[in-house]
Amino acid sequence: MEGKRARPGEMILSVLGSLFKKPATMRYPFEKFRMPDHFRGQPKFKSELCTGCRLCIRDCPSQAITITKIGEKKFEASIDLGKCVYCAQCAETCPRKVIDITTEFELTQLVRGQLKVVFHADTSKACPEESAGA
Amino acid sequence: MNALRDLLRILVFPGMIFLVVMGMAGQYVDRKLYARLQNRVGPPWYQPVADLFKLLGKESVIPEEADRGMFRIAPVFALAAVITAFLYIPLWNTAPVLSFQGDLVVVLYLLLIPTLTFFLGGWYSRSIFSTLGAVRSITQLFAYEIPLLIALLSPALLANTWSIAGMAQYYGEHPYRWLFNLVGFGVALVTLLGKLERVPFDAPEAETEIVAGSFTEYSGRHLAFFRLAIDSEAIASSSLLAAVFLPFGLWLPWWLGVPIYLAKVAGILAVLALLRTVFARLRMDQMINFCWRYVAPIAFLQVIIDLVIKEFF
Amino acid sequence: MSDSDRVVTVPIGPQHPALKEPESFMVDLRGEKIDAVRMRFGYNHRGIEKGCEQRSYTQDLYLVERVCGICSYSHSTAFVQAVEEIAGLELPRRAKYIRTIIAELERVHSHLLWLGVAGHEIGFDTLLMYTWRDREQVMILLARLTGNRVNYGMNTVGGVRRDIAPEMIPEILKVVDSLEERTKYYINLAQSEQTVIQRLSGVGKLTKEDALLLGTVGPTARASGVDRDTRRDDPYAAYPEVSFKVITDTHCDVYGRTVVRLGELLESFSIVRQLIKNIPDGPIAIKAPRRIPEGEAVSRYEAPRGEDVHYVRGNGSEKPERVKVRAPTLANTQSVSKMLEDGYLADLPIVIAAIDPCFSCTDRMVSLRDDEAKEGRAMSWEEVSRYGVEWHKARGIDFSRVRIPGGAGE
Repeated sequence: MEGKRARPGEMILSVLGSLFKKPATMRYPFEKFRMPDHFRGQPKFKSELCTGCRLCIRDCPSQAITITKIGEKKFEASIDLGKCVYCAQCAETCPRKVIDITTEFELTQLVRGQLKVVFHADTSKACPEESAGA
Repeated sequence: MNALRDLLRILVFPGMIFLVVMGMAGQYVDRKLYARLQNRVGPPWYQPVADLFKLLGKESVIPEEADRGMFRIAPVFALAAVITAFLYIPLWNTAPVLSFQGDLVVVLYLLLIPTLTFFLGGWYSRSIFSTLGAVRSITQLFAYEIPLLIALLSPALLANTWSIAGMAQYYGEHPYRWLFNLVGFGVALVTLLGKLERVPFDAPEAETEIVAGSFTEYSGRHLAFFRLAIDSEAIASSSLLAAVFLPFGLWLPWWLGVPIYLAKVAGILAVLALLRTVFARLRMDQMINFCWRYVAPIAFLQVIIDLVIKEFF
Repeated sequence: MSDSDRVVTVPIGPQHPALKEPESFMVDLRGEKIDAVRMRFGYNHRGIEKGCEQRSYTQDLYLVERVCGICSYSHSTAFVQAVEEIAGLELPRRAKYIRTIIAELERVHSHLLWLGVAGHEIGFDTLLMYTWRDREQVMILLARLTGNRVNYGMNTVGGVRRDIAPEMIPEILKVVDSLEERTKYYINLAQSEQTVIQRLSGVGKLTKEDALLLGTVGPTARASGVDRDTRRDDPYAAYPEVSFKVITDTHCDVYGRTVVRLGELLESFSIVRQLIKNIPDGPIAIKAPRRIPEGEAVSRYEAPRGEDVHYVRGNGSEKPERVKVRAPTLANTQSVSKMLEDGYLADLPIVIAAIDPCFSCTDRMVSLRDDEAKEGRAMSWEEVSRYGVEWHKARGIDFSRVRIPGGAGE
């Protein structure tokens, strides 16, 4: 590794070259960044397929998911996005492939209670639950 | 009416307000260039203004053990000294706002005051990191100030006058003589990095070692003034260097002279930003070693060159 | 006020811009020279080992992964290897290869991160920006391969969760080629940039005897000439089937550690290329039981920072009985006070950064139980230190020369 003459300012050529290249950073959030496919983002729950076996709850590392029975063979799920670690173990464990993993990662909220997302049985559309605090 | 005109010249243009605005523009140029050299986007043009207003609006917390008077007056002193120094520097013609025989020495002394205020502000903050930073500021002063003074005084030796306006006059009458001073220009650029506490000589403000050096305990409007003082010091020193080492284009009409002056200052700031990008921070002992071993002899060389030219031409 | 008399104590930490994670270093200074450094740990203790005992093995995978962000795959793999050993599972070869590829890519990302942090600590922010820009390539690649940029979640008991599709192979090779070029540029920079050499050479010296005595591991030890690498000495995953060099250096200072890490980057690229070329087909996981039988296993893994040791004890149920993690940084921090002897304050950030500290990994709890005593007994730091020295002397190892500030010895 020896045998090279040390002189200051070694980087100067490549540093000057950077002036003419496109910057490596982007003006987020004005320019959006897309995560690659199969990125583990927010889980989505398809209520019509759920049989209430609750294997997902058993395997969730942070108890982020709760399943409530609201009728005969009708189940509702609520996922606390603040507790979820986005490991996708629930999607893997579920024998009926009820849980889908999306690439959604911009999930911040200003009120902690709004981090709980409820997937209703009839429409299976997600909506944040308005609970006071939590 | 003369008094009103002078007051406007001192306070507005080309005095205080002009200097502050230039200071913020200079900070933008430096930060944007630094970012682009590092392949990043960099801050928008209004960033220094936004920073200033944000700091002015924040609460200024003074530590209980600190000396309140000194703590508060140090930034004001720094800004006042820099503004006063700026008044004596010819910008785009040979007539600065104020001028007298010997003002070169006075300007150099006034530009020394900000470093002293960094020391006082840090010392009287009474916090460990501030004390370390303050002591480092003063220690570094002994390393870079001598070569800087020698380099800045040698063109005056050649011009046979101690007033900056007089020097500008002399170099206007003997064109191309300023080319002999380029060695001193190089020395002055390097030591200017030390005066402005920029990498590689930013040990007094080493973020990873002593948090923020003298400015650790400063916040709110006091920090805003310190930062204004630092930015203005950069412009004032660059203007001084431009006036002493690059005294060309001073006889042109203002609409040519002003762009030339702005180009000179921007060029010096660009070189400083480039030097900031390619070096790592030197340790205190390494920096003093470097300044006394390499920079000071070259500064002496510049004096010898000027004396020789003066004697034989 | 004469500098040589006054000793000033500077608190570096727990909160300090030099440290990326909180730990407390109380530095006694004379002027700019360091007299002594007293370290206190524990600010990052989160109770992960206890948390592991209350969760099933599947849940533990994700908990253990989050011991650290940078070396998360090391902890995950070390843990799962211990579990698989207790359960007697034999992994399919493809799974081993995929694990090794991800492990080496993690090493690349960690070393590039370290290079940037080292640059930042010596005030060379340009190096930080450039290395982290290059690191983005490997982060995006890992996100495409595994689904996340850190905390990959690739391991499952019995194999890996995701396969590497054939379309990804050219991409991996492209990233490896591009990063190899950049690494060569950084090697050139380390050899010829004057200010970098000045800041890194002669700083944080640690002789080979001290390195062995203080138990340093990883690049910190290898820079002092200690020829130890768990990938070669105790191979796991697919390492028996690849050939690579173990980089050692004789500089014994921070510059040596830089050289070792840069060399390891080049070796990682070569390993990834070999693995891609020889990767076998087959399943990526075997079905593992939920209940792991009784037994205990110790698993060692060469994390980017050194040797990572995991101990797991199963008791036949779904949850482990005890999980113990010995992170490499815990072994390396002992040497920091030795390295800083007679150093300057300005060298402290880079010396601490040179062991590549990951204090999140470090903070664990040890409980000492005296089975004969009826009530608890408190031991002071000197007593514990003396007890340790005597215990090891009875087994033939003499640690009495190790000087721990505040402890016994010397």
